[in-house]
Amino acid sequence: MAVLFKKPAALSSGTTHYCPGCTHGIIHRLIAEAIDELDIQGRVVGIAPVGCSVLAYNYFNCDMQQASHGRAPAVATGVKRARPDTIVFSYQGDGDLASIGTAEIIHAAARAENITVIFVNNAIYGMTGGQMAPTTLPEQKTTTSPYGRNIATAGYPLRVSEMLATMDGPAYIVRTSVHDIKEINKTKKAILKGFKYQVEGKGFSMIEVLSTCPTNWGIAPVPALQWLKDNLLPYYPLGVYKDTGEDK
Amino acid sequence: MAKKLMKGNEAIGEAAIKAGCKHFFGYPITPQNEIPEYMSRRMPQVDGGVFVQAESEVAAINMVYGAAGAGVRVMTSSSSPGISLKQEGISYIAGAELPCVIANIVRGGPGLGGIQPAQSDYFQATKGGGHGDFRLIVLAPATIQEMVDLVQDAFDLADIYRNPVMILGDGMLGQMMEPIEFKERPAVELPDKEWATTGMGQRQKPNVVNSLFLDPQKSEDHNLNLYNKYQKIEQQEVRFEEYNCEGAELILVAYGTTARIVKSVIEMGKKEGLKLGMIRPITLWPFPKAVFAKYVDSAKGFLSVEMSTGQMVEDVMLAVNGKKPVYFYGRTGGMIPTPEGILERVRQIIGGLK
Repeated sequence: MAVLFKKPAALSSGTTHYCPGCTHGIIHRLIAEAIDELDIQGRVVGIAPVGCSVLAYNYFNCDMQQASHGRAPAVATGVKRARPDTIVFSYQGDGDLASIGTAEIIHAAARAENITVIFVNNAIYGMTGGQMAPTTLPEQKTTTSPYGRNIATAGYPLRVSEMLATMDGPAYIVRTSVHDIKEINKTKKAILKGFKYQVEGKGFSMIEVLSTCPTNWGIAPVPALQWLKDNLLPYYPLGVYKDTGEDK
Repeated sequence: MAKKLMKGNEAIGEAAIKAGCKHFFGYPITPQNEIPEYMSRRMPQVDGGVFVQAESEVAAINMVYGAAGAGVRVMTSSSSPGISLKQEGISYIAGAELPCVIANIVRGGPGLGGIQPAQSDYFQATKGGGHGDFRLIVLAPATIQEMVDLVQDAFDLADIYRNPVMILGDGMLGQMMEPIEFKERPAVELPDKEWATTGMGQRQKPNVVNSLFLDPQKSEDHNLNLYNKYQKIEQQEVRFEEYNCEGAELILVAYGTTARIVKSVIEMGKKEGLKLGMIRPITLWPFPKAVFAKYVDSAKGFLSVEMSTGQMVEDVMLAVNGKKPVYFYGRTGGMIPTPEGILERVRQIIGGLK
């Protein structure tokens, strides 16, 4: 009988701790598929962040390091410089990458570190229970912005892809989403490209993936996908922000 | 090998390279800048050598975490305020049991402090520094030659125990020049790093570098494993020098630069008929407790001399355990104790003891 669908080899067996309707699982799978397709499982070292995906080291079937909060790009730099033949990716949320880890992501990009960063942006802190993130939208309610994010006191959300795209270092900066099949397929292609560029030595890539947090948004999984579409997409437009790899 | 004149900080760099360290991640801070400067010059000459000037001390120590986790010999260096910044990373490195070497060329604190030599980071180095129940192996050289030897030992100790090792120098040791020699070293048997994240290759099971244990029982087990390791280090790795302790009336306790000044004090004291000895801890952790028992009956007291307001003196008190009086003399904030100043304190104590 022909196998139509199977678990990627780069994904481990067992269940995840993610909440029902959370899109981390989809993104994990896309990464694992990309690793399988490029046949690099034996060379990959993944870096897990602090946040909801802290336990990612249990979910990928490849060597992993767990990094302190925000420092995954620095840890990835250490691994890649120590073992240039490895394929190194970091998996980071918006609190990790866009708040406490801004210095590390910007300087890893500036150094054009030959690594692949998967940046999962759901506009909220998930693991700690739904606090305001650097990417939380204006007026969005969280447990630390209970009246809605007040720009006058909490400032503006960060658009990381746009920021990094202004720099000389990165090879590939793209923002995608996983709110429907079409965008999931695009995300897959972007992740594949990010890893491919690293294999080819083209340098730093970051794939920002807009995702949902039904639990902390307080919205059921399916409407959460619609909420993403209606609210996150206008503030965080999808698209390729930088791609120097094609012509190198 | 012929002796050559080298500045302390540069000697640290060369000693690390001689020990097979090909990876250095640093950030500038006075008075240790010659270490990253030297490494930036030398690493490109070393086959596979890597030098990265990180964006911060925080990033540098996390690069060390990554590289150590990937199984290579790796080092970083800094000075007091920078070492404070590295503490979170050091705690993670200790928690994940990664081998690395960290040089701290101590300057006066707290806060931005000053840039002159100090020993006021003793607590930070020996009592954990970062969060959690962990220990660093802390080596305190008193000469540049000893620094060179200890840096090379540090990499072996780190690998043997899968533990971060700190070289605790001070601004004086970092900045001064002395003749040194890189000695032929006996081969040390080191464990394979089969835990390293190098990519699975043909391995069936992934390697994971991690310090997270959400299950409290597993977390306790992990902590007890660490504790057992630290016990073993305490049994096997204590190093110290004793000087003139036989028949000494007062035993001075000092490490690093201060120990050299104390040796002068002992010689000056002889001329006045003062019977002085010195215990010089070389490993600040594990602290050489046992040697105190050897002299606690013969000596009338102990005097800890430090470039701080009194930190190591607490370990001296624990080692002496109330059996004899323990005194303290220190200069701090970048001021260096003079032999005369120490001798004056010695006379005062001995006068009181008689």
